[in-house]
Amino acid sequence: MSLWLLLAVNSVTLGGLLFLLSVGFSLIFGLMKIPNLAHGSFFMLGAYLSTTLIARGVDFWTAAIVSGLGVAVFGGVVERFILRRLPGAELAQVLVTLGLSFMVADVCLMVWTGDPIRIDTPAALRGATSLMGRGFPTYRLAISLIALIFAAGLWALLERTRLGAMIRAGVDDPAMARVVGIRVSRLFTMVFCLGAWLAGFAGVIGGPILSVYPGLDGEMLPLALVVVILGGSGSLLGSLVGSFIVGFLYNFGQAMFPELAYVVLFLPMLIVLVVRPQGLFGRQAV
Amino acid sequence: MKRWTLAAVLAILATVPLWVSGTFYVNIASQILLYAIFALGVNVLAGYAGLVSLGHAGLFGIAAYTAAKILGAGGGHVTVAAAALATTVVVSAAFAVLALRGTGLGFVMITVALGQIVWGVAYRWIGLTNGDNGISIVARPSPFGLALATPRSFYWATFVVFLVAIASMAAFVGSPFGAAVRGTRDQPRRMTALGYNVWMIRFVAFLFSGFWSGVAGLLYLYYNQFVSPQAVALTASAEALLMVISGGTGTLLGPIVGAALVVVIKNVASAYIERWNFVLGAIFVGIVVFMPEGLVPGTVRVWRRGRGR
Repeated sequence: MSLWLLLAVNSVTLGGLLFLLSVGFSLIFGLMKIPNLAHGSFFMLGAYLSTTLIARGVDFWTAAIVSGLGVAVFGGVVERFILRRLPGAELAQVLVTLGLSFMVADVCLMVWTGDPIRIDTPAALRGATSLMGRGFPTYRLAISLIALIFAAGLWALLERTRLGAMIRAGVDDPAMARVVGIRVSRLFTMVFCLGAWLAGFAGVIGGPILSVYPGLDGEMLPLALVVVILGGSGSLLGSLVGSFIVGFLYNFGQAMFPELAYVVLFLPMLIVLVVRPQGLFGRQAV
Repeated sequence: MKRWTLAAVLAILATVPLWVSGTFYVNIASQILLYAIFALGVNVLAGYAGLVSLGHAGLFGIAAYTAAKILGAGGGHVTVAAAALATTVVVSAAFAVLALRGTGLGFVMITVALGQIVWGVAYRWIGLTNGDNGISIVARPSPFGLALATPRSFYWATFVVFLVAIASMAAFVGSPFGAAVRGTRDQPRRMTALGYNVWMIRFVAFLFSGFWSGVAGLLYLYYNQFVSPQAVALTASAEALLMVISGGTGTLLGPIVGAALVVVIKNVASAYIERWNFVLGAIFVGIVVFMPEGLVPGTVRVWRRGRGR
């Protein structure tokens, strides 16, 4: 397989992971106006939790779902007992989530030590699948597929269900949504838990590719931020498109300008900020 | 009364190397002063302009890296200082143009991203910055023939810069421009309606803030005689913000108290436990939840309540 094709496949895979990570951030940010700087920690925590579960003999997919639930519970506690006390206080929310991310990182370092931990690819998805006469790594295809399924599922949830309509109403105008009888505060907790679950789940399924190591949180968070700034907050389509743009830039940037990969990654974000500060698919300036 | 207190505090600070024994403590005092300068710079934006920046370690680091590079190329110390500060101000201007596309949360996220770019360059562009190994410099400068090699002389030099920083902050806060900056924080629309150019006011405040961050970065380089990507990491920006918040945003003394608190805890904590980051995070959460207005105003509040007023 040629280098370029391999890079493209890796880009799509990373894009899929980033979508799972950033869509939660984007929804939380769009609905609650909370910049959850602990989102990268959710990703890392999910991955670490699953390593323990898998080491105890739990099946990979069960571990992914259960670890996600663990992270969701943690996110729910954070939302309910800390963030809930700080409505509209942006500075305080930034500090609390940042503080939490430091604490999570240190606890992970204490519990799982500083050595990188590899998560094994599930047995059924090892090897390559041939597609149009070429071999592709099966697991990477699976991640892309999972991301697309989640994108479709979230779209259906947001656009086709009553709950989704309530969430959209909350994003557009929380005060008005309250007036018409939507319990916005319960929505907040639900969306926060959902976002945390997605991040934790993404951490686990990203494990076989990225492995888990201290600092993973700090590496993923800026990527998620770029996705959200690029795509626009609170927009599902924005997250999806932004994720794939970032996925491609990151992989191709790293292959072509290894020393400047980070700069290449942030350039389009800067351009979008200058030309269209609300993001490609955002409706209003953040 | 207030004036006498200030004079007494300054007198105590000026004589620290005389009554504090041990170079270790003098060095900690120097660190407190240099981080206080950094925190004062961050406070211009976070406190007075209401713009929370999580990218200021980038500016701090750019000053340090520029100075280290020019020193390495054989530049004199005057050139180094001038070039480092000029570069920092130019980069601050670029940061400001981009970051001011957003306010509130948008501003925070953009500054995070900008700070991470600087970090990425420092960490990955090995040809320029020597990557994770950082850059060392040979010696501290000796302005006017005074060698700054000893901890005491370095402390006094830092103290002089610190005094200039405080004086400039006091002048800034008291000036009409300072009032305009606070106006853009509290009532941006009304300020616009009154004919002020809100964007320009924020832009200038950003430059002022960036300049003092650069000064602190330069002092940091001379203090450590070394700079590495750690100095520009998100954690460093967060620490600076913690200093501002813990002391009390939008006050003149708050950032100084905050800097002292963070530097002392960091040194004490790291002597006993490895988990400095956990302590830092816990302090963040604790302060935000229990003393949202910061330690200085918070303590005043608790003290007043204790006295039954």
